[in-house]
Amino acid sequence: MLKDITLGQYFPGNSLLHRLDPRIKLLATVLLIVIIFLAKNMAGYGVMILLTVFLVALSRIPVKTILKSIKPLIFVVLLTVAMNIFFTGGENVVLDQKIWIIHLRLTAEGILNGVKMALRILLLIVDTGVILTYTTSPIDLTDGIERLLSPLGKIGVPVHSFAMMMSLALRFVPTLIEETDKIIAAQKSRGADFSSGNVISRVKALIPVLIPLLISSFRRADELALAMECRCYHGGKGRTKMKELKLQAKDVAFLLVLALFLAVAFLPGIPCSVFGINTMNFVF
Amino acid sequence: MAGYISIRNLSFSYKDDQKEQQALKNINLEIEKGSFVAVLGHNGSGKSTLAKLLSAILVPDEGEIVVGGLKVSDPELSEEDLLELHRRVGMVFQNPDNQLVATVVEEDVAFGPENLGIEPKEIRRRVDEALALMGISEYARHAPSKLSGGQKQRVAIAGLMAMLPECMIFDEATAMLDPSGRKEVMATVLKLNKELGITVLHITHNMEEAAMADRVVVIDDGQVLLDGTPEQVFSKVQTLQAVGLDVMQCTELLHELACCGLPFPEGVIDEEQCARLIYEYYMKTVKDKK
Repeated sequence: MLKDITLGQYFPGNSLLHRLDPRIKLLATVLLIVIIFLAKNMAGYGVMILLTVFLVALSRIPVKTILKSIKPLIFVVLLTVAMNIFFTGGENVVLDQKIWIIHLRLTAEGILNGVKMALRILLLIVDTGVILTYTTSPIDLTDGIERLLSPLGKIGVPVHSFAMMMSLALRFVPTLIEETDKIIAAQKSRGADFSSGNVISRVKALIPVLIPLLISSFRRADELALAMECRCYHGGKGRTKMKELKLQAKDVAFLLVLALFLAVAFLPGIPCSVFGINTMNFVF
Repeated sequence: MAGYISIRNLSFSYKDDQKEQQALKNINLEIEKGSFVAVLGHNGSGKSTLAKLLSAILVPDEGEIVVGGLKVSDPELSEEDLLELHRRVGMVFQNPDNQLVATVVEEDVAFGPENLGIEPKEIRRRVDEALALMGISEYARHAPSKLSGGQKQRVAIAGLMAMLPECMIFDEATAMLDPSGRKEVMATVLKLNKELGITVLHITHNMEEAAMADRVVVIDDGQVLLDGTPEQVFSKVQTLQAVGLDVMQCTELLHELACCGLPFPEGVIDEEQCARLIYEYYMKTVKDKK
């Protein structure tokens, strides 16, 4: 039952986004988050939606898969929208009514704010998904993080150890899930009951699963450390990589395009004139 | 002439706060370069301790271990020498999951050479070569967690082969595998030894596997009990059984028959040979009666 869980949602493929340097993708993600939060008006959002559609098309990931990733967050989005609608004050009252003891007062500003927030969250999920989690394998990701943070190594931050720990953790996720399954089966065969009773008794029932799992993880860690030592691992010093990361023209071009979008979103005057949607700024 | 691995007067004991447990007592062994030696012993006999001492994970209390000219037993072994030792002597452990470090097979095979600081192009070449040698090229881009136990062990062996070792120590490497995985790994072990001339030390409690070796060393209670060719060692059925080791069925059958006074040799480790001997004896008795 636990086997279906996949950590990260890497979607193997060979699109341009798949082939970009992971460092660039990490930078691009940060840049996109900044752009999304800086977008001031509807024109800015329009531009971002266009960019997102473009990125999705570029990644060649089925739209269905992307919609699926949004699904678990729908509740958060709706809650944010509701909060914004009801708690934003404003001049242009749309609805002002007292229903029983609740005083409902909707304003145009509130609704607009709600829509903006919803767009913001959805764009964030889709963009980071398409650029990072769907198109970058975990190993590339840790590699990228290690290289990006390597300057910190000069001031004594153990960047290599950190990246190594992350990739080992990723490596052992499926192994530990398999083990959890086995322990659950073993406990069930001894009469353990995981599916009845209230929340507290169910949580209690998990203790006989978690403790063996913890103990065996320590044993694994011990054996793994031994095996790594026997394979000549001695930290990041003097280590090389089979696959070197090299920046290519397409990586630089991709980052430049995103920087252009940042400029557009950052200068509030430009979008209106550039995209000829002057009225948008006025109406909202 | 001293062998590739030479162990002299080796003693080791695990020390706890209260008690001291002697694991190995006064072991002397010479292992020739290019030989295939099986180390037999039941659980707790000290055979895994021997492997850990050979790869300098443990330091002996007494005695000396020299591997390929490196004095392994020296507690002040320099880091360069230690790396060189681990490059020359590959260790394959029991649990295939706990020795793979990467989420992709080829990245895992590259782990050793990467640690040695080898050029990226050369690593690529060695990885491809090691994968081809182990017959797992088609899984190069797979996740190790999707492979079978035998395949995982072959990935682990490929990872060591990419460091171009001279010797391989298999520490119960087949104990957690199913029969087909065991066959896979043993075929690989034989290939490494016979075709590539790699010195193999195979630590096991499986008789069939030990019978494949050129030489069998039986360790019991931290001491060398028997040492010789598989035929020599397995002819000592009573000695082996006394220390809790079961001999193969064919060996035991002929041993029991010989004990009944029938003219059968001891130490037969081949089922077909056993069947042939019995058949020949039967035909002879039938002929005699006529």
